[in-house]
Amino acid sequence: MKALIGLLCGMIFGTGLAVSGMTDTAKVLGFLDLLGDWVPDLAFVMGGAVLVTLVSFPLILKRTGPVLGRKFFLPASSVLDGKLLGGAAIFGIGWGVYGYCPGPALSASVYLDEKTFVFIGAMLLGMAIASRVGRAL
Amino acid sequence: MMIENIPFGIPLIGGLLIGFSSVLLLLLLGRLAGISGIVWGAVSAQPDNAWRWTFIVGLVAGPWLFHTLSATPYPAPSPLEWWHAAIGGLLVGFGTNLGSGCTSGHGVCGIGRLSPRGFVATLTFMATGFITVYVIRHVIGGL
Repeated sequence: MKALIGLLCGMIFGTGLAVSGMTDTAKVLGFLDLLGDWVPDLAFVMGGAVLVTLVSFPLILKRTGPVLGRKFFLPASSVLDGKLLGGAAIFGIGWGVYGYCPGPALSASVYLDEKTFVFIGAMLLGMAIASRVGRAL
Repeated sequence: MMIENIPFGIPLIGGLLIGFSSVLLLLLLGRLAGISGIVWGAVSAQPDNAWRWTFIVGLVAGPWLFHTLSATPYPAPSPLEWWHAAIGGLLVGFGTNLGSGCTSGHGVCGIGRLSPRGFVATLTFMATGFITVYVIRHVIGGL
């Protein structure tokens, strides 16, 4: 059952990315090109998604747990530390270099452009390196 | 009135779908739809992992179904080189793992539950994303 819900949620999420054009690096980089020929689409994608979570999450989190399972799995940390800031800053640079964040990169693999697979492979390598480095910090 | 006639109606619909998926995952499984966390959890063999792998399958299957059923053409492949993809991917993977989240986990879900870490991370990666594209396109004129 959990696997089926995972599949359904992944399909809805991926459809949202494809519908909105976030699997198109030209649109993402166009959005990040604030002082160039700006493409505002991503602001509406983010706005639409946050609108839904902002309204719904507080209501859901009033429950003692999810429908299937005993508890919510929420991040324990609430500190604004160097790892958070440095990690987010580095992520943003990589996002601006090629135009993919993790979700759109995976969804775009269905288009079978070999560069997308290079991106995904490098992303997994980066995650593996950071999980080692992060422990030492 | 057709949705394609509303300015930015299509990206908004896409965003609502992403939000709806995040709501379903939290309500039903108690999990946050943070893609970098889901991917790393899946490949690093965390316990209770089946939903992560099926989520990733869905992330690919959803767009395939959408393009096939709606006959929407695939977006044009990136004009950038493979090494841009390699550098971009490496930085995205390293940064999201070190910073514990990406656009979905910190942005969509973090802001949704009013997490200060989510707000700060989102502002940070947005800022460095803007600066990076500015420098590449307008200062050095492309990599």
